Amino acid sequence: MTNVLLSLRGVHKSYGATRALRGVDLDLHSGEVLALVGENGAGKSTLVKMLTGVVPMEEGAIVLNGVPQTFSSALDSQAAGILAVHQETVMFEELSVAENIFVGRHLQRGPFIDWTAMNAQAQAVLTDIGARFTATTLVKDLSLAERHLVEIARALSQKALVVILDEPTAALSQAEIRDFYGIVRKLRDQGVGVIFITHKFDEIFAVADRYLVLRDGAAVGTGTIAEASEQALVALMAGREINQIYPHIDATPGKEVLSVKHLSHPTEFNNLNFSLRRGEILGFYGLIGAGRSEAMLAIMGLNPLARGEFQVHGHKFQARRPADAIAAGIAYVPEERQRQGGILSFSVQDNLSLAGLSRFANGLWLSALRESELCQRMTQRLKIKTASPHTLLSGLSGGNQQKVVIGKWLGLDPKIVILDEPTKGIDVGAKQAVYHLIADMVKEGLAVILVSSELPEVMNLAHRVIVMRHGLQVAEFDRAHMSAEAIVAAASGLDGSRAHPTPAGVAA
Amino acid sequence: MKQLLTIRREWLLLVIIAVIALGVGTRAPVFLTWRNGMDIANDSAILAILVMGQMLVLLTRGIDLSVASNLALTGMACALIGKAFPGMNIVVLIAIALAIGALLGSINGWLITGFNLPPIVVTLGTMSAYRGAIFVASKGAWISDQDIHEGIKGLPRAEWLGLPALVWFALLVLVLATVFLKYRRAGREIYALGGNPHAATYVGIAVPARLRLVYTLSGMLAGLAGLLWVGRYSIAYTELASGYELTVIAACVIGGVSIGGGVGTVLGATFGVLFIGVINAALPVIQVSPFWQQAISGAVILISVTVNARSERRAGRQILERQGVTG
Amino acid sequence: MKAWNIWERVLLALLVLLLIVFGLTQPGFMSVDTLADSTFNFSEKGLLALAIALLIVCGEIDLSIAATLALCSLAMGYAMKAGAGPWAIVAAALLTGGVAGAVNGVLVTRYKLPSIVVTIGTLSLYRGLALVALGDQSISGYPEVFSVLGNSYVGEVIGVRWLVVPIEFVTLCGFALVVGLVLHRTVVGRRIYAIGANPVAARFSGIEADRYRFGLFVFAGLMAAVAAIFLTGRIGSTRPNIAMGWELDAITMVILGGVAIEGGRGSIVGTVLSVLLLGLFTFGMGMANVTGIVMSMVIGMLLIVSMVLPRLLKSGRAPA
Repeated sequence: MTNVLLSLRGVHKSYGATRALRGVDLDLHSGEVLALVGENGAGKSTLVKMLTGVVPMEEGAIVLNGVPQTFSSALDSQAAGILAVHQETVMFEELSVAENIFVGRHLQRGPFIDWTAMNAQAQAVLTDIGARFTATTLVKDLSLAERHLVEIARALSQKALVVILDEPTAALSQAEIRDFYGIVRKLRDQGVGVIFITHKFDEIFAVADRYLVLRDGAAVGTGTIAEASEQALVALMAGREINQIYPHIDATPGKEVLSVKHLSHPTEFNNLNFSLRRGEILGFYGLIGAGRSEAMLAIMGLNPLARGEFQVHGHKFQARRPADAIAAGIAYVPEERQRQGGILSFSVQDNLSLAGLSRFANGLWLSALRESELCQRMTQRLKIKTASPHTLLSGLSGGNQQKVVIGKWLGLDPKIVILDEPTKGIDVGAKQAVYHLIADMVKEGLAVILVSSELPEVMNLAHRVIVMRHGLQVAEFDRAHMSAEAIVAAASGLDGSRAHPTPAGVAA
Repeated sequence: MKQLLTIRREWLLLVIIAVIALGVGTRAPVFLTWRNGMDIANDSAILAILVMGQMLVLLTRGIDLSVASNLALTGMACALIGKAFPGMNIVVLIAIALAIGALLGSINGWLITGFNLPPIVVTLGTMSAYRGAIFVASKGAWISDQDIHEGIKGLPRAEWLGLPALVWFALLVLVLATVFLKYRRAGREIYALGGNPHAATYVGIAVPARLRLVYTLSGMLAGLAGLLWVGRYSIAYTELASGYELTVIAACVIGGVSIGGGVGTVLGATFGVLFIGVINAALPVIQVSPFWQQAISGAVILISVTVNARSERRAGRQILERQGVTG
Repeated sequence: MKAWNIWERVLLALLVLLLIVFGLTQPGFMSVDTLADSTFNFSEKGLLALAIALLIVCGEIDLSIAATLALCSLAMGYAMKAGAGPWAIVAAALLTGGVAGAVNGVLVTRYKLPSIVVTIGTLSLYRGLALVALGDQSISGYPEVFSVLGNSYVGEVIGVRWLVVPIEFVTLCGFALVVGLVLHRTVVGRRIYAIGANPVAARFSGIEADRYRFGLFVFAGLMAAVAAIFLTGRIGSTRPNIAMGWELDAITMVILGGVAIEGGRGSIVGTVLSVLLLGLFTFGMGMANVTGIVMSMVIGMLLIVSMVLPRLLKSGRAPA
């Protein structure tokens, strides 16, 4: 480790009344891997957005190589040498890898682009990081993991000073993850300062040199990995008694309400079998890309190629279209609330009635009366903060938008509610509200499937946890027999479990 | 392998064209002569020039419905100037045509980028506006053969090195387009911007500047086409080339240029032009009413996008571990 | 979705302004007879505009609607030549329109093709077929009833002399009322808005987006058929270039009427006001002997100004 490459002092950022970052200090040395750790909503992504110039800083200082920086755009931060590799890659699919690496700064010979030089240089970097594809491949033919490599190649090619890796291994296989560690070490050896954001403890300990823990927007702990332990990190991350965030689940599972058998899809998942009981919270854990959302879409009739046998309350159920699922009492709150969950240009009231319009209408005719009654009911029950029922959804905070989406489904009085990453990207206060809501739902006799990548969420709320990996159901744990290590091991394949579903209660 | 597939699509079109030509040739061998080929090329030259401009716009996920009106307005303007100054050098007239066309095109670019307006609606508006302006400029009068500037009339009749002048113009435009799209940064950035507009801004591409450029270029080429059109048909009037923008777009679509942006090659677009040219020439030869041309164009557009869409359909998310891949 | 917003108020104000200006400058403009006569020019286009409005709100577009009209008129001609009676002729038009719309619908929903390119294709195909069938000929000699439909006033038909409202215009108003009610007051209408605003979220909320899209394309075909019946009746013949370029006029009317091209926003009231505005404007200018082409120029500029102004005002009103 050498000199301080990047330092942040007293960084603040608020979104309206919510304080996303509170006086954060950060030090990054060149040739070092810093693990940035924290729960959803702790402020990691806001910090990254500020470092990459996407969001302006309010207060505080960013100093890079001794020079204070102000980034007024993404370009500024890239020009300064800070590059980020996110989960959603920033790629031009119809262009080649080489061109993606050099986009915006094509190499030229005279007035013309020098393809030979570009391809050669790109190929050199690719070989250096052990990529198994060539520089002339079109990006649309690459897998997600390979696209990540292209982004890293771009960072290396641009002689980045700081590289931010945001959950980079979320969708990678074991082999790809091992390769990835090698690349990270290579970056470090070249003097790059790496900020590594991850949820997975084994990665933190495998690759990072130091750590910084964020909690509720503040930096609560930093130090070297060598002197740290997992328990210490978890304690820093959670920072408060577990039972203060997570409500007590006051329900005991009753009869079966949903049975799923042989749920399969040509490419996304295969042979899923599970059941769900009244008053139960069934957690679905797995890494990003494990196929959980796709499986839930199938239950909801939104995945036309999927096939399976479903029974709701003992009656056979055909999930051909969403209307079928809704009629059977199933509700699905999707992962991306702005793209899939709600309509930003519609008002809160219009969003709330959208899934059950025929119920809140007078035959063919819309009924303002019924819709406003629904809106009032849901706004009260979920404590949705909105200026008026006619405020557009786009005017609400993330947490309140999520409440509206949930409210849309609760308004239909469903029996089964599937929540897909319900606390993604919302602040801690809103998260707690969602947890309490889940607890209330099962107390009233609903059955809940909770798809989540947040281990603490799943462990503290669920009665049972099913783990998926690469489209297969690999393990099932019940409350009494689960441990964080076992679940994580099953999700990432470290337990050596292969393709076969295991019966409930088995720990690794 | 995938690259082979893409290239194959363009060559597939060429094969279809060849098959049609051969088919017609068996009934009327005169169809396969060099002379006939030159006639087809000559007839298609103006379309080719317009198609290059439209392709640039389509690549950016835009559309330019005003090209035919631009063509007619610029053509009329040049005819009027030519009539008023019969001694003017043809090269100057060409420059004027390019300038007026570029100006009209840049208005589109300015409106689209300056006010963030959808290209389809803006060019719908300028299409009508420019068309009306022709009437105003000419006071409704036609400019017929005897009043057309000699140089303008002479251009399409000239032959240089055995090829008609129009074909030379078209070839020049094709070559410039190829070089621009393959070897100039701005050209590559147009592909990027059409493929992923958000990412384009993120990586530092000056999106508004590039958009203004493509609309200006489209306009400029329409201006050139206007001058050549007036020269070729020796007439200038308000309704000139009315509706032709659809033929231009048809040629692009048939040639594999995607309406969604980011996809398309000069080669493919050229074959699209050739296709329409060959069909147009073939119909009278096989004694099919030339009125069939539009219907056939329409059918081919539909077939071509349906086929393209199916072959481009993504395989869907592949999550399941593929057999044989070691973990 | 609300039918009466700022845009509609502005349009109404412009309409009133137009009536005043033309009333003062063109003698005879403000007479009942003249105003009634003016509606002939835009009633058929208005029918097309209604269908296009629904499609654009839903996130699609139909450039082939005028060509479909031509094809329907052609079908009417064939039916008549084959000796069919008026009802059969009407049926022929409706059937043709429905099928033409269904073709668009299938290509867009089943093959997931963008409607702009599909309808450019069907535009060429349908117009081309009309050309092939007729060449430069025309078909005339339709039964008397069609001429009545296209040219007569309601008063003439039911024997009330002062009711000088053309049948065409009444039909337009009738359809406008129905379409307006459907879009703004029914479940179907709300779903159309949702599909246009966010098709993914609409689907996730259980709305069968493809069914609605298909239905709207078929509806557009049927509207083209109704317009064909009236137009053919009015001009008394079928020519291959009937309603040439009307799709662009219809789209202009819809956009000017406040419907956003990206979908999810707009009102039928605005569309109707825009139809009236543009129609009366064209008619008034015609009375002042300004040619159609110049009108197009003015309308083109109006279209652009109508989109630029709101953007300018929005940026001018940006919070300090």
